[in-house]
Amino acid sequence: MPEIAETELPGLGVRLEFNSEEGHRIGVIHHRTGRRELFVCTPSDPDSAALTLKLSDDESHALADALGGSSVVESVSALQQIKGLVIDWLSVDDGSPYAAGTIGDAQVRTRTGVSIVAVIRGDETHPAPGPEFALETGDLLVVVGTGGGVESVRTLMAPG
Amino acid sequence: MDHLVLLLLELGAVVLGLGVLARLAGRFAISPIPFYLIAGLAFGEGGIAPIVTSEEFIEIGAELGVIFLLLLLGLEYSARELITSMRSIAPAGSLDLVLNFAPGLIAGLLLGWGLEIALFLGGVTYISSSGVVAKLINDLEWSGNRETPVILSVLVFEDLVMAAMLPILAAVALGSGPGQAVLSIVIALVVIGVALTFAYRHGDRIGRLVFHASDEVTLLSVFGLALVVAGLAEAVNVSAAVGAFLVGIALSGEAASKAHSLLTPLRDLFAAVFFVFFGLSTDPREIPGVLVVAVLLGIVTTGTKVIAGYVAAKRGGIAKAGRLRTGFALVARGEFSIIIAGLAGGLSGSGELAALAAAYVLLMAVAGPIAAKFVDSGRQKLSV
Repeated sequence: MPEIAETELPGLGVRLEFNSEEGHRIGVIHHRTGRRELFVCTPSDPDSAALTLKLSDDESHALADALGGSSVVESVSALQQIKGLVIDWLSVDDGSPYAAGTIGDAQVRTRTGVSIVAVIRGDETHPAPGPEFALETGDLLVVVGTGGGVESVRTLMAPG
Repeated sequence: MDHLVLLLLELGAVVLGLGVLARLAGRFAISPIPFYLIAGLAFGEGGIAPIVTSEEFIEIGAELGVIFLLLLLGLEYSARELITSMRSIAPAGSLDLVLNFAPGLIAGLLLGWGLEIALFLGGVTYISSSGVVAKLINDLEWSGNRETPVILSVLVFEDLVMAAMLPILAAVALGSGPGQAVLSIVIALVVIGVALTFAYRHGDRIGRLVFHASDEVTLLSVFGLALVVAGLAEAVNVSAAVGAFLVGIALSGEAASKAHSLLTPLRDLFAAVFFVFFGLSTDPREIPGVLVVAVLLGIVTTGTKVIAGYVAAKRGGIAKAGRLRTGFALVARGEFSIIIAGLAGGLSGSGELAALAAAYVLLMAVAGPIAAKFVDSGRQKLSV
């Protein structure tokens, strides 16, 4: 895999780019606003973008899906081959009892047998969070367990 | 007619007029700042239809406009970004400061306007317009270009220099003796240093303190905090604008991006009012007298800015075409030049300075992007 270089663009966002085998510089600019720009520089003029595509949040997801091959997606689909195992994404809504404490406080595994394998907060993913990890409103929990277990977690973390 | 009726009608006409002008600017894809300035000139003293009733409101609105401009500028950067890009760009940034401050300073002295006004004029010619340049990068699809981080770093450097320059100029404008001026400058630099260090270490915590899931709470907390800090900064002669800028810097992460999107419409409104107010308080009859100087300054400072950008990009290992793009991208002057000229307020000779600054910005805010488009026209680009 080519190495992806990361450059901060103060005031704009972050730029990720790599050089393809054919000599193109290909990159994505992640704007603070969530908008993304995909650009390609030709080998004849590697300094300036020959093609720039402005993509909305949804469009970038669609493009990423179409390209496929994300290592995370691949491993998740491999996991789903295991019979009886369910993977789900649960969001911590405003007012949820989970929003105020750590993963340890929630005692998810003790009570339901379900594991929280990752927490997605904004653009950041925290893999394998420890019991001391403090949850916040808006977090997305990636949970693994039995179908019934995941359902109990969903009920337990509902606001109210 | 009733005072309130008159106030509403006059204010409404002004704001509606600005809406039309902003639409016009959008049609020609240029910055609306020159249009706002012209509107202000037309309605001010010596203009075609002077505004009387709403002047007090517009004056306060203009003060808020400066605070919003600097607060939002600060929100775009985090302290970490500022400090890291500062390190890499410092040599080229210093060259930019010397090359572009000097023409204004020298012109002011040659015109016999005195050292104080000349210092302000140096500030006016030095600083590029972050707003116009950011729009340019977006419109010309330059964000993927290799030189773009260099352009942005130069802007960051200039903005930080401006934060240090505003209190110095404010001290000059107060006309206090050299001892008092030095004291204000030392206070200002200490405050900025402490605030930046604090923001660098605890930026996340401050962000979490004011951030709230409710837009209303975030909006009121950030704006209130900015006003309080701006007021305190003004009280110790550090200039309200710098206080607002520091609040923006101190906030980072989610709080900053949320506050940014919430405050942008308010910034647009009050910044427009600020430009109108600057136009209002400038006598248009002074402009013909300074027009030649403005054009000459424009030509010289286009050259000096291109050299500064060229050198900065060369140091960043960019090829020749990119160096020229960097240089021309930075030519545009705009909002910050006007803010600096506005600070000269009470000084004798500030009337001529305001007229010159208005004419100069009118020229550079339009000419800068046109020059950049021209340099870009030879570039191979696919249209999609």
